[in-house]
Amino acid sequence: MKLSFSELSARERVAHLLDAGSFTEILGPAERVVSPHLAQLGVPFSFDDGVVIGNGTLWGSKVLIAAQEGEFMGGGVGEVHGAKLVGILRRAVSTRPAAVLVLAESGGVRLHEANAGLIAVSEVMRALLDVRAAGIPVVMLIGGANGCFGGMGLIARCADHIVMSDAARMSMSGPEVIESSHGVEEYDSRDRSLVWRTTGGKHRFLMGDCDRLVEDDMGAFRAAAAALLGDSKALTLEGLLAEHAMLAKRIECFGDCHDALEIWQRLGVEHAEQVTDMESDQMQNLLSDNAMEAA
Amino acid sequence: MEHLKFDFAGAHAPQNFKAILVGVVGSGNLEVLMEPGADPAHCTISITTSARGFGPIWEAVAQNFHSQHQLAGVAISINDMGATPAVVSLRLDQAAASLSFTAGPAL
Repeated sequence: MKLSFSELSARERVAHLLDAGSFTEILGPAERVVSPHLAQLGVPFSFDDGVVIGNGTLWGSKVLIAAQEGEFMGGGVGEVHGAKLVGILRRAVSTRPAAVLVLAESGGVRLHEANAGLIAVSEVMRALLDVRAAGIPVVMLIGGANGCFGGMGLIARCADHIVMSDAARMSMSGPEVIESSHGVEEYDSRDRSLVWRTTGGKHRFLMGDCDRLVEDDMGAFRAAAAALLGDSKALTLEGLLAEHAMLAKRIECFGDCHDALEIWQRLGVEHAEQVTDMESDQMQNLLSDNAMEAA
Repeated sequence: MEHLKFDFAGAHAPQNFKAILVGVVGSGNLEVLMEPGADPAHCTISITTSARGFGPIWEAVAQNFHSQHQLAGVAISINDMGATPAVVSLRLDQAAASLSFTAGPAL
Protein backbone atom coordinates (compact mmCIF):
# COMPACT_ATOMS: atom_id res chain seq x y z
CA MET A 1 0.00 0.00 0.00
CA LYS A 2 1.22 3.50 -0.77
CA LEU A 3 2.15 5.71 2.13
CA SER A 4 2.11 9.43 1.38
CA PHE A 5 5.40 11.20 2.16
CA SER A 6 3.69 14.59 2.32
CA GLU A 7 1.12 13.51 4.91
CA LEU A 8 3.60 12.05 7.42
CA SER A 9 5.47 13.89 10.17
CA ALA A 10 9.27 14.21 9.99
CA ARG A 11 9.63 11.47 12.60
CA GLU A 12 7.35 9.11 10.70
CA ARG A 13 9.17 9.80 7.43
CA VAL A 14 12.50 8.81 9.00
CA ALA A 15 11.00 5.60 10.39
CA HIS A 16 9.57 4.59 6.98
CA LEU A 17 12.53 5.70 4.87
CA LEU A 18 15.18 3.71 6.75
CA ASP A 19 15.33 -0.04 7.37
CA ALA A 20 12.70 -0.88 9.99
CA GLY A 21 13.91 -0.27 13.54
CA SER A 22 17.41 0.83 12.45
CA PHE A 23 17.11 4.52 13.40
CA THR A 24 18.93 5.89 16.45
CA GLU A 25 18.19 9.53 17.19
CA ILE A 26 20.84 12.04 18.26
CA LEU A 27 19.71 14.91 20.54
CA GLY A 28 16.19 13.52 20.76
CA PRO A 29 13.27 15.36 22.36
CA ALA A 30 14.00 14.08 25.87
CA GLU A 31 17.34 15.96 25.80
CA ARG A 32 15.37 19.20 25.51
CA VAL A 33 17.87 21.12 23.42
CA VAL A 34 15.31 23.78 22.53
CA SER A 35 15.33 27.23 20.96
CA PRO A 36 16.47 29.91 23.41
CA HIS A 37 14.80 32.59 21.26
CA LEU A 38 11.22 31.39 21.00
CA ALA A 39 10.58 31.30 24.76
CA GLN A 40 11.83 34.91 25.05
CA LEU A 41 9.29 35.91 22.42
CA GLY A 42 6.48 34.02 24.15
CA VAL A 43 6.16 31.53 21.28
CA PRO A 44 5.85 27.78 21.94
CA PHE A 45 9.02 25.80 21.28
CA SER A 46 9.42 22.17 20.31
CA PHE A 47 11.54 19.62 22.19
CA ASP A 48 13.46 18.75 19.00
CA ASP A 49 13.41 22.30 17.54
CA GLY A 50 11.65 20.95 14.46
CA VAL A 51 14.37 18.65 13.16
CA VAL A 52 15.09 14.96 13.73
CA ILE A 53 18.71 13.82 13.26
CA GLY A 54 20.45 10.49 13.73
CA ASN A 55 21.87 7.39 12.12
CA GLY A 56 20.46 4.20 10.69
CA THR A 57 20.66 1.88 7.72
CA LEU A 58 19.13 1.94 4.24
CA TRP A 59 19.13 -1.40 2.43
CA GLY A 60 21.80 -2.43 4.96
CA SER A 61 24.14 0.52 4.31
CA LYS A 62 24.97 2.96 7.09
CA VAL A 63 23.54 6.43 6.54
CA LEU A 64 23.12 9.63 8.50
CA ILE A 65 19.76 11.36 8.24
CA ALA A 66 18.05 14.65 9.06
CA ALA A 67 14.34 15.42 8.67
CA GLN A 68 12.71 18.82 9.06
CA GLU A 69 9.21 19.09 10.51
CA GLY A 70 7.25 21.38 8.21
CA GLU A 71 4.35 21.76 10.64
CA PHE A 72 6.55 23.40 13.30
CA MET A 73 7.27 27.02 12.32
CA GLY A 74 7.03 26.02 8.65
CA GLY A 75 10.25 24.03 9.03
CA GLY A 76 12.08 27.32 9.64
CA VAL A 77 15.80 27.10 10.37
CA GLY A 78 16.56 28.55 13.80
CA GLU A 79 19.80 28.51 15.75
CA VAL A 80 19.42 25.07 17.37
CA HIS A 81 17.73 23.57 14.30
CA GLY A 82 20.62 24.75 12.13
CA ALA A 83 23.22 23.54 14.62
CA LYS A 84 21.67 20.07 14.55
CA LEU A 85 21.94 20.01 10.74
CA VAL A 86 25.55 21.20 10.92
CA GLY A 87 26.31 18.56 13.56
CA ILE A 88 24.97 15.64 11.54
CA LEU A 89 26.89 16.81 8.45
CA ARG A 90 30.16 17.19 10.38
CA ARG A 91 29.64 13.75 11.86
CA ALA A 92 29.52 12.36 8.31
CA VAL A 93 33.07 13.53 7.61
CA SER A 94 34.40 11.44 10.50
CA THR A 95 32.05 8.41 10.32
CA ARG A 96 31.89 8.16 6.49
CA PRO A 97 28.36 6.84 5.90
CA ALA A 98 27.15 5.72 2.44
CA ALA A 99 25.20 9.00 2.26
CA VAL A 100 23.71 11.84 4.27
CA LEU A 101 19.96 11.97 3.60
CA VAL A 102 18.21 15.29 4.24
CA LEU A 103 14.41 15.23 4.23
CA ALA A 104 14.00 18.96 3.68
CA GLU A 105 10.72 20.77 4.31
CA SER A 106 11.29 24.42 5.13
CA GLY A 107 10.29 27.97 4.28
CA GLY A 108 13.90 29.00 5.01
CA VAL A 109 15.22 31.02 7.91
CA ARG A 110 12.97 31.09 10.98
CA LEU A 111 12.10 34.77 11.09
CA HIS A 112 11.87 34.83 14.91
CA GLU A 113 15.59 34.06 15.05
CA ALA A 114 16.57 36.20 12.08
CA ASN A 115 20.33 36.67 12.38
CA ALA A 116 21.00 33.40 14.18
CA GLY A 117 18.98 31.61 11.49
CA LEU A 118 20.82 33.31 8.64
CA ILE A 119 24.18 32.39 10.15
CA ALA A 120 22.92 28.84 10.67
CA VAL A 121 22.02 28.53 6.97
CA SER A 122 25.50 29.58 5.90
CA GLU A 123 27.04 27.16 8.40
CA VAL A 124 24.91 24.32 7.04
CA MET A 125 26.11 25.14 3.49
CA ARG A 126 29.73 25.12 4.58
CA ALA A 127 29.30 21.81 6.43
CA LEU A 128 27.46 20.28 3.46
CA LEU A 129 30.25 21.24 1.05
CA ASP A 130 32.80 19.73 3.45
CA VAL A 131 30.87 16.44 3.31
CA ARG A 132 30.87 16.56 -0.49
CA ALA A 133 34.57 17.39 -0.55
CA ALA A 134 35.14 14.25 1.52
CA GLY A 135 33.48 12.23 -1.26
CA ILE A 136 30.30 11.42 0.67
CA PRO A 137 27.05 12.09 -1.20
CA VAL A 138 24.41 14.39 0.29
CA VAL A 139 20.93 13.54 -0.98
CA MET A 140 17.99 15.92 -0.52
CA LEU A 141 14.55 14.31 -0.38
CA ILE A 142 11.86 16.95 -0.88
CA GLY A 143 8.26 15.79 -0.61
CA GLY A 144 6.52 17.95 1.99
CA ALA A 145 3.63 20.29 1.18
CA ASN A 146 5.58 23.33 2.44
CA GLY A 147 8.29 22.63 -0.11
CA CYS A 148 11.87 23.85 0.24
CA PHE A 149 12.38 27.61 0.04
CA GLY A 150 14.67 30.44 1.04
CA GLY A 151 17.96 29.45 2.62
CA MET A 152 16.91 25.81 2.61
CA GLY A 153 16.37 25.98 -1.16
CA LEU A 154 19.93 27.26 -1.52
CA ILE A 155 21.21 24.46 0.72
CA ALA A 156 19.31 21.88 -1.35
CA ARG A 157 20.99 23.03 -4.56
CA CYS A 158 24.42 22.60 -2.90
CA ALA A 159 23.77 18.86 -2.51
CA ASP A 160 24.86 16.04 -4.86
CA HIS A 161 21.33 14.90 -5.64
CA ILE A 162 17.75 16.09 -5.22
CA VAL A 163 14.77 13.75 -5.24
CA MET A 164 11.35 15.45 -5.41
CA SER A 165 7.71 14.58 -5.75
CA ASP A 166 5.25 16.89 -7.45
CA ALA A 167 3.53 17.40 -4.09
CA ALA A 168 6.62 19.47 -3.23
CA ARG A 169 8.06 22.70 -4.53
CA MET A 170 11.55 24.16 -4.46
CA SER A 171 12.70 27.72 -5.03
CA MET A 172 14.34 30.73 -3.43
CA SER A 173 11.57 33.26 -2.75
CA GLY A 174 8.13 31.86 -1.97
CA PRO A 175 5.06 32.88 -3.99
CA GLU A 176 3.78 35.42 -1.43
CA VAL A 177 7.19 37.09 -1.28
CA ILE A 178 7.34 37.46 -5.07
CA GLU A 179 3.79 38.80 -5.24
CA SER A 180 4.37 41.37 -2.51
CA SER A 181 7.57 42.67 -4.11
CA HIS A 182 6.58 42.50 -7.82
CA GLY A 183 2.80 42.72 -7.77
CA VAL A 184 -0.05 40.31 -8.44
CA GLU A 185 0.15 40.83 -12.21
CA GLU A 186 3.69 39.49 -12.16
CA TYR A 187 2.88 36.53 -9.93
CA ASP A 188 -0.45 35.56 -8.35
CA SER A 189 0.46 33.59 -5.23
CA ARG A 190 -3.11 32.29 -4.92
CA ASP A 191 -2.98 30.66 -8.36
CA ARG A 192 -2.02 27.15 -7.23
CA SER A 193 -1.60 25.86 -10.75
CA LEU A 194 0.77 28.72 -11.61
CA VAL A 195 2.75 28.24 -8.39
CA TRP A 196 3.18 24.51 -9.06
CA ARG A 197 4.03 25.06 -12.73
CA THR A 198 6.78 27.46 -11.66
CA THR A 199 8.26 25.73 -8.61
CA GLY A 200 6.77 22.19 -8.42
CA GLY A 201 8.68 18.93 -8.76
CA LYS A 202 7.73 18.39 -12.41
CA HIS A 203 9.11 21.77 -13.52
CA ARG A 204 12.26 21.26 -11.45
CA PHE A 205 12.72 17.85 -13.07
CA LEU A 206 12.28 19.17 -16.62
CA MET A 207 14.74 22.00 -15.88
CA GLY A 208 17.29 19.58 -14.42
CA ASP A 209 17.14 21.18 -10.97
CA CYS A 210 16.20 17.85 -9.39
CA ASP A 211 17.56 14.60 -10.73
CA ARG A 212 14.81 12.21 -9.63
CA LEU A 213 11.06 12.75 -9.80
CA VAL A 214 9.02 10.24 -7.79
CA GLU A 215 5.42 9.77 -6.68
CA ASP A 216 4.31 11.04 -3.27
CA ASP A 217 5.06 7.65 -1.73
CA MET A 218 7.51 6.62 1.01
CA GLY A 219 8.48 3.45 -0.91
CA ALA A 220 9.37 5.50 -4.00
CA PHE A 221 11.51 7.92 -1.97
CA ARG A 222 13.19 5.00 -0.21
CA ALA A 223 14.05 3.28 -3.49
CA ALA A 224 15.32 6.55 -5.02
CA ALA A 225 17.53 7.28 -1.98
CA ALA A 226 18.90 3.72 -1.94
CA ALA A 227 19.85 3.99 -5.63
CA LEU A 228 21.94 7.08 -4.84
CA LEU A 229 23.97 5.60 -1.95
CA GLY A 230 27.69 6.12 -2.51
CA ASP A 231 26.95 8.16 -5.67
CA SER A 232 29.11 11.21 -4.99
CA LYS A 233 29.50 13.99 -7.57
CA ALA A 234 32.90 15.63 -7.80
CA LEU A 235 32.99 19.10 -6.28
CA THR A 236 35.30 21.09 -8.55
CA LEU A 237 35.84 24.62 -9.79
CA GLU A 238 35.19 23.39 -13.35
CA GLY A 239 31.86 21.96 -12.25
CA LEU A 240 30.89 25.24 -10.60
CA LEU A 241 31.84 27.27 -13.70
CA ALA A 242 29.86 24.86 -15.89
CA GLU A 243 26.84 25.38 -13.62
CA HIS A 244 27.19 29.16 -13.92
CA ALA A 245 27.37 28.84 -17.70
CA MET A 246 24.26 26.62 -17.69
CA LEU A 247 22.33 29.20 -15.61
CA ALA A 248 23.37 32.03 -17.95
CA LYS A 249 22.27 29.95 -20.92
CA ARG A 250 18.95 29.30 -19.22
CA ILE A 251 18.21 33.03 -19.15
CA GLU A 252 19.34 33.32 -22.77
CA CYS A 253 17.07 30.45 -23.86
CA PHE A 254 14.00 31.13 -21.75
CA GLY A 255 14.31 34.71 -20.49
CA ASP A 256 11.41 35.91 -22.65
CA CYS A 257 9.00 33.12 -21.59
CA HIS A 258 5.96 34.20 -19.58
CA ASP A 259 4.98 30.80 -18.23
CA ALA A 260 6.62 27.47 -17.46
CA LEU A 261 4.44 25.92 -20.17
CA GLU A 262 6.29 27.98 -22.81
CA ILE A 263 9.60 26.72 -21.42
CA TRP A 264 8.48 23.10 -21.64
CA GLN A 265 7.33 23.64 -25.23
CA ARG A 266 10.62 25.27 -26.13
CA LEU A 267 12.45 22.32 -24.53
CA GLY A 268 10.65 20.11 -27.04
CA VAL A 269 8.29 18.38 -24.62
CA GLU A 270 5.50 16.83 -26.69
CA HIS A 271 2.00 17.59 -25.41
CA ALA A 272 3.52 19.99 -22.88
CA GLU A 273 0.02 21.06 -21.84
CA GLN A 274 -0.53 17.54 -20.43
CA VAL A 275 2.53 17.60 -18.14
CA THR A 276 0.55 18.77 -15.11
CA ASP A 277 -1.67 15.65 -15.37
CA MET A 278 1.15 13.14 -15.88
CA GLU A 279 2.33 10.52 -13.38
CA SER A 280 6.00 10.70 -12.45
CA ASP A 281 6.91 7.58 -14.48
CA GLN A 282 5.42 9.18 -17.61
CA MET A 283 7.77 12.12 -17.05
CA GLN A 284 11.04 10.18 -17.19
CA ASN A 285 11.78 10.24 -20.95
CA LEU A 286 10.15 13.49 -22.06
CA LEU A 287 13.44 15.22 -22.80
CA SER A 288 16.34 14.40 -25.04
CA ASP A 289 19.77 14.68 -23.39
CA ASN A 290 20.55 17.94 -25.13
CA ALA A 291 17.15 19.59 -24.86
CA MET A 292 18.58 22.95 -23.85
CA GLU A 293 21.08 22.86 -26.70
CA ALA A 294 18.17 22.32 -29.07
CA ALA A 295 16.21 25.16 -27.47
CA MET B 1 2.26 31.67 26.89
CA GLU B 2 1.01 29.95 29.99
CA HIS B 3 2.56 27.18 32.07
CA LEU B 4 0.37 24.69 33.91
CA LYS B 5 1.27 21.69 36.03
CA PHE B 6 -0.88 18.88 37.34
CA ASP B 7 0.06 16.04 39.68
CA PHE B 8 -2.05 12.92 40.20
CA ALA B 9 -1.57 9.90 42.46
CA GLY B 10 -1.80 6.87 40.14
CA ALA B 11 -1.90 3.08 40.34
CA HIS B 12 -0.56 1.64 37.07
CA ALA B 13 3.19 1.91 36.57
CA PRO B 14 4.27 0.95 33.05
CA GLN B 15 7.23 -1.33 32.39
CA ASN B 16 10.57 0.39 31.78
CA PHE B 17 10.24 2.60 28.74
CA LYS B 18 12.18 5.14 26.74
CA ALA B 19 10.83 8.61 26.08
CA ILE B 20 7.85 8.64 23.69
CA LEU B 21 7.01 11.67 21.55
CA VAL B 22 3.72 12.03 19.67
CA GLY B 23 2.29 14.97 17.78
CA VAL B 24 3.86 18.13 16.41
CA VAL B 25 3.88 21.73 17.65
CA GLY B 26 1.86 22.99 14.69
CA SER B 27 -1.22 25.18 14.48
CA GLY B 28 -4.06 23.51 16.40
CA ASN B 29 -1.76 20.68 17.37
CA LEU B 30 0.60 19.79 20.21
CA GLU B 31 3.46 17.47 21.10
CA VAL B 32 3.27 15.10 24.06
CA LEU B 33 6.52 13.79 25.53
CA MET B 34 6.02 10.88 27.90
CA GLU B 35 8.98 9.92 30.11
CA PRO B 36 9.62 7.85 33.24
CA GLY B 37 8.73 10.07 36.21
CA ALA B 38 10.74 10.77 39.35
CA ASP B 39 7.93 9.70 41.68
CA PRO B 40 6.90 6.04 41.15
CA ALA B 41 3.41 6.66 42.59
CA HIS B 42 2.47 9.78 40.66
CA CYS B 43 1.75 11.02 37.15
CA THR B 44 2.72 14.63 36.43
CA ILE B 45 1.57 16.67 33.45
CA SER B 46 3.49 19.88 32.61
CA ILE B 47 1.98 22.07 29.94
CA THR B 48 3.32 25.04 27.99
CA THR B 49 0.57 26.53 25.86
CA SER B 50 0.33 29.48 23.48
CA ALA B 51 -3.27 30.15 24.56
CA ARG B 52 -3.79 31.96 27.87
CA GLY B 53 -6.75 31.52 30.20
CA PHE B 54 -7.75 27.92 29.51
CA GLY B 55 -6.50 26.47 32.84
CA PRO B 56 -9.86 24.96 33.90
CA ILE B 57 -10.26 23.20 30.54
CA TRP B 58 -6.72 21.80 30.70
CA GLU B 59 -7.44 20.57 34.22
CA ALA B 60 -10.61 18.82 33.06
CA VAL B 61 -8.81 17.16 30.12
CA ALA B 62 -5.89 16.10 32.35
CA GLN B 63 -8.25 14.69 34.98
CA ASN B 64 -10.25 12.85 32.36
CA PHE B 65 -7.04 11.30 30.99
CA HIS B 66 -5.88 10.34 34.45
CA SER B 67 -9.20 8.82 35.46
CA GLN B 68 -9.01 6.56 32.40
CA HIS B 69 -5.36 5.49 32.62
CA GLN B 70 -4.37 5.96 36.31
CA LEU B 71 -0.69 6.12 35.28
CA ALA B 72 2.06 6.16 37.93
CA GLY B 73 5.79 6.80 37.56
CA VAL B 74 5.17 8.81 34.41
CA ALA B 75 6.08 12.43 33.61
CA ILE B 76 4.21 14.03 30.71
CA SER B 77 5.39 17.27 29.09
CA ILE B 78 3.28 19.12 26.55
CA ASN B 79 4.09 21.92 24.09
CA ASP B 80 0.79 23.22 22.75
CA MET B 81 -0.08 25.55 19.90
CA GLY B 82 -3.80 26.00 20.40
CA ALA B 83 -5.02 22.40 20.15
CA THR B 84 -8.69 21.76 20.97
CA PRO B 85 -9.48 19.57 24.02
CA ALA B 86 -10.40 16.65 21.73
CA VAL B 87 -7.00 16.79 20.00
CA VAL B 88 -5.23 16.99 23.38
CA SER B 89 -7.10 13.89 24.60
CA LEU B 90 -6.29 12.07 21.37
CA ARG B 91 -2.54 12.80 21.67
CA LEU B 92 -2.46 11.78 25.35
CA ASP B 93 -4.21 8.49 24.52
CA GLN B 94 -1.83 7.99 21.58
CA ALA B 95 1.20 8.33 23.87
CA ALA B 96 -0.34 6.09 26.54
CA ALA B 97 -1.07 3.43 23.91
CA SER B 98 2.69 2.93 23.39
CA LEU B 99 3.22 1.96 27.03
CA SER B 100 3.17 -1.67 28.09
CA PHE B 101 2.20 -3.07 31.45
CA THR B 102 2.81 -6.33 33.27
CA ALA B 103 -0.30 -8.46 33.65
CA GLY B 104 -2.70 -6.83 36.06
CA PRO B 105 -6.17 -5.42 36.30
CA ALA B 106 -7.52 -4.32 32.93
CA LEU B 107 -7.57 -0.56 32.44
